[in-house]
Amino acid sequence: MSGRRATLIGALVGALTLGPLAIAATSPLLQWRQPVYIAAGFAGVAGLALLLLQPLLIRRLLPGIDGRRWHRVIGVALVLMVVIHIAGLWITSPPDVVDVLLFRSPTPFSIWGALAMWAIFGAAFFAALRRRLSPRVWRLSHLVAVTLAVLTTAAHAVLIDGTMGTLSKLALCAAALTATAYAVVKAKPGRMLKRR
Amino acid sequence: MTLTALTRRTFVAAGAATLASGLLVPARAAEIAPTQTMRGGANNYRPGAPIVERIGNGGFWMTGTVRRAGDGAPLPGQRIQVWAHTTEGHERDPESHGATLTDENGEFRLEMPQIVPAFGQAHGHVAYDSDAFKSVFLRPLLPRTSDTQLSAHFVLQPA
Repeated sequence: MSGRRATLIGALVGALTLGPLAIAATSPLLQWRQPVYIAAGFAGVAGLALLLLQPLLIRRLLPGIDGRRWHRVIGVALVLMVVIHIAGLWITSPPDVVDVLLFRSPTPFSIWGALAMWAIFGAAFFAALRRRLSPRVWRLSHLVAVTLAVLTTAAHAVLIDGTMGTLSKLALCAAALTATAYAVVKAKPGRMLKRR
Repeated sequence: MTLTALTRRTFVAAGAATLASGLLVPARAAEIAPTQTMRGGANNYRPGAPIVERIGNGGFWMTGTVRRAGDGAPLPGQRIQVWAHTTEGHERDPESHGATLTDENGEFRLEMPQIVPAFGQAHGHVAYDSDAFKSVFLRPLLPRTSDTQLSAHFVLQPA
């Protein structure tokens, strides 16, 4: 990777991930929220930002970083963000979170959030079991899970009236979707499907 | 009629529809269907929240009507509880809750702090939960986050 391209990618990814966090940190909504609710919201924003990093890491597109190793570290962090997000919301308003987890919430975005949770847990589950699975099963299942995770997370985030700025949120979601699509295509799932 | 916010447009449309159906089928014109509880409407409800002049420092108005199913007669003296995530507290906070009684026209009007978006949507909670009629829990959305009022309408059926 040329130095200029590396710098460009680094700056772009930095802006796309840190920008939404900075905007969320200055949201007027924060003044009317308890710390645990604020933490839950930030875990959600951070989780969305990590979704952009994952495909870039595994395709080794981030300059000067051991992509495969950091993909695992960020994967664990992502699961942790999901857990903090849900736990914080649960403490803030238990019945609303129970409704979401039982798929009976009145808010459409929360259905996407619950699906995203399961997709992210699924992707992590397959990754943890990868040595026990055949390479083909492991790679295909992980690819399907992460694709669903990014799609459902983007739908979840875009529909929420929350602390993130609309433009920065759309930009981050679009970037995460694009990077994931690129990484999935590069992984050549069609070749994995062919019987040998 | 459904539970959507009563804007001028829906009010006029509903009025016209009622008028039209009344002219066409006079015998059924008075059949007013009971309001159904909305999903999530009862979340963070506090049974027995006190009747208050105003919730917190006010600045936002929750209004509405309470009528009887069938003939649509206004129901005076009905206890309505209101709560929401506002500039002064979370939905779970006891001081975010308050109740009021409907007047002789079956109308209620309770001042409360400004509702702000929480759990992804700016919304309020309004409930009827006394003995005479079946309980109804509503969860109306603010059409715009900047709105300083919200209304919810009840048509109750005997318990």
